[in-house]
Amino acid sequence: MSIPTVRQGSLQLIDAAKTRSRGALYVAEARIRTMVKWLGIIFAIAIANPVLYLISVGIGLGGLIDKSVGPAGVDGVKYLTFLAPALLAQAAIQGTMDETVFPTIEGFKWNRTFYSMNSTPLSGAQISIGVFLAALFRAFYTVLLYFGVMWAFGALESPRAWLAIPTSIFAGASFGALMQSVAAKLEDENYFFVVLGRFIMMPLFLFSGTFFPLTSMPFFLQWIGWISPLWHATELGRYLTYGHAISPTLMWVHFAVLVTMLVSGLILSARLFTKRLAK
Amino acid sequence: MSEYLISARGLTKKFGDFTAVNGIDFDVSKGESFGLLGPNGAGKSTVMRMIGATSQRNAGDLTILGKDPELNGPQIRAHLGVVPQQDSLDMHLSVSENLYIYGRYFGLPRKFVKGKIEELLTFAQLEEKRDAKVEALSGGMKRRLTIARALVSEPEILMLDEPTTGLDPQARHILWDRLFRLKEQGVTLVITTHFMDEAEQLCDRLIVMDKGSIMAEGSPASLIKDYSTKEVLEVRFGSDRNQEVADKLRAMCERIEELPDRVLMYTEDGEALLEKIYASGLHPKTSLVRRSSLEDVFLRLTGRTLIE
Ligand SMILES: Nc1ncnc2c1ncn2[C@@H]1O[C@H](COP(=O)(O)OP(=O)(O)OP(=O)(O)O)[C@@H](O)[C@H]1O
Ligand SMILES: [Mg+2]
Repeated sequence: MSIPTVRQGSLQLIDAAKTRSRGALYVAEARIRTMVKWLGIIFAIAIANPVLYLISVGIGLGGLIDKSVGPAGVDGVKYLTFLAPALLAQAAIQGTMDETVFPTIEGFKWNRTFYSMNSTPLSGAQISIGVFLAALFRAFYTVLLYFGVMWAFGALESPRAWLAIPTSIFAGASFGALMQSVAAKLEDENYFFVVLGRFIMMPLFLFSGTFFPLTSMPFFLQWIGWISPLWHATELGRYLTYGHAISPTLMWVHFAVLVTMLVSGLILSARLFTKRLAK
Repeated sequence: MSEYLISARGLTKKFGDFTAVNGIDFDVSKGESFGLLGPNGAGKSTVMRMIGATSQRNAGDLTILGKDPELNGPQIRAHLGVVPQQDSLDMHLSVSENLYIYGRYFGLPRKFVKGKIEELLTFAQLEEKRDAKVEALSGGMKRRLTIARALVSEPEILMLDEPTTGLDPQARHILWDRLFRLKEQGVTLVITTHFMDEAEQLCDRLIVMDKGSIMAEGSPASLIKDYSTKEVLEVRFGSDRNQEVADKLRAMCERIEELPDRVLMYTEDGEALLEKIYASGLHPKTSLVRRSSLEDVFLRLTGRTLIE
C-alpha cells in the first residue's frame, strides 16, 4: 500500500492575515454545519411553538378577552395582535440562547472543541464571536418562520411590521451575548439549567409585558420588564406591527438597553473565552 | 532568530499555589524529535500547552519559531500541528468534515483542504469512515483522526501529547511508522509519553520530568549509559521473601531496586551475576536477564516506576 508523503509547507501555505480577518467566520461556518444537521428539528420547533401559542392563548384565551374588553381591544387591538410581537421576540431570544449557551458549555467542557480551535491561529475572541454569529443565523431562521405564521394568523396590521424581524433578532442577540458570557464562566453546569429555566427565563417570559401591558403589573414587579430584553423588544415590536404608542424618549431607551446588553455581552464573552483558553 | 525552533528558560506554570512546571530549560532544534517522558502529573501536558502557544506561562522565557507565544500566539500556532491528550474532535460532524473545518481554521483555501482530506484519510487509514460520524469511531480511530487533523496545515512542528494511548499494539506500530516517516521528512516532533519503548523508538533526545522539574536530559542511549548499567537481572523469590534476601543481593552488584513483586539488580554482566547468586546458595523462583531501558533510568532518578 502506498502511503502519501506528508509534506511540510505551512510557512509557504498559510496566509496569517486571512485567519486574522476572517477567523470568526470560519468558526461560524463550522457551527452552522452542525446546526444544519438539526435543521428539521429547529424548523419543527420554530413552527410548532407559534402555532400552538397563537391558537391556544392568542385565539382561545384572546377570544374571551376580546369579548370582555369590547371593541376597544387590548391596547386598541385584538388580543392576538397584541400578543404576537412578544412571542416573536421570545422566539428569537430562546433560539439565540440555545445556540450560544449549549455550544459554549460543549466547547469548553463536553467536547473541548474550543481548545482544538484555539490550537489553530484562531483566538479566544474569534471563537466567541464565531459562536455568536452562528446563533444569529438560527435566530434569523426562527424569526422568519415565526413571522410567516403571524402573517398567516392575521396578526400584522402595519405595513412596516416586517421591521419587527430585525428588532426581535436584536433582542435575541443582546440576551444571547449576555448568556454566552455566563456560559463561558461556568465550570459546573449542573444547577445552571435549573436556575436558568426557572428563575431567569420563566419570570422574564411571564413578567415582560408579554401577556398584558407591563403597567398593569404591581409596581414592584415592573423592574423585571425594565431589565428584560424581551419587554424592550416587545414594545418595539408592538409599535412596528400595529402602531402601539411609544414616546421618542422611550424608543431611545429601548434601543439603548438592548445595545448596552449586546456590547457588554460580546466584550465580556470575548474576554472570558480568552482567559479560560489561556489557563 | 535563534538556531532553535523552541527554546525555554526558567519556564514556569502555576495553577493557584500549585507549581505544575517549575522553571525548566530546554531547546529543540529543527528536524529533531524531542520527547518529554514522565509519570502522571509530571507536567508534560502543561509544557505542551505552553509550547502550543495557548496556555500562558507565569514566569521564564519561551521562544517558538523565533517568537514569544504571549505576544504572537496566532502567528506561532499557524505553523504548529497539535495532537492534544484528549481528542476534542467535533462529535456532531463526520470524519471528513472534521478535517475540513480544521483546515479552514488555518485560513486554507477550500480546494486545497479538499485535496488534503484524501491524503490524510489514507494516512490515517480512515478512507472507509470518511462519512461516518466521529461519535461512531473507535478510540483508536479517533486518535488517528486527531493526528491526521493536526497534519492538515503541513506544520513545521508536530506536537503529540501521548499519541498512542488507547491504541492496540498493531495500531501503535503503524503510527510509529508514520511518525518516523514524518521525522525523515524533516518535521520537528515534540512527543510526550509514558511508554518507554515509544520514547526509545521515536525520540532523538528527551527530558525526563517529574513533579514539574527536569530530572535528566539526553538521547535514550546516553541516558541509559549515564543512569543505568548495561544489563539488568530481574529475580523473584516470591513477594514475601524478596525483602529478606534484598540485603544479600545488594552486596553482590552495583545497585538494586526492590519492587513489590521482584528485585532488579544492575550489573554489566547479568549471567555472571546470576551464577554468583546460585553460588551463594540462593535460588530465585524466576530470573531474567535483559538490557537496561529508560524504565530503569526513570526508576533510578525518581525511585518510582513509570506504571502505564
Ligand atoms: N487547568 C488546571 N488547573 C489546575 N491544575 C492543573 C490544571 N492542569 C494541570 N494541572 C495540574 O498540574 C499538574 C501537571 O499536569 P499535567 O497534565 O501537565 O501532567 P502530565 O504530565 O501531562 O500527566 P499525565 O501523564 O497524567 O497526562 C497536575 O498535578 C495537574 O493536576
Ligand atoms: Mg498529560
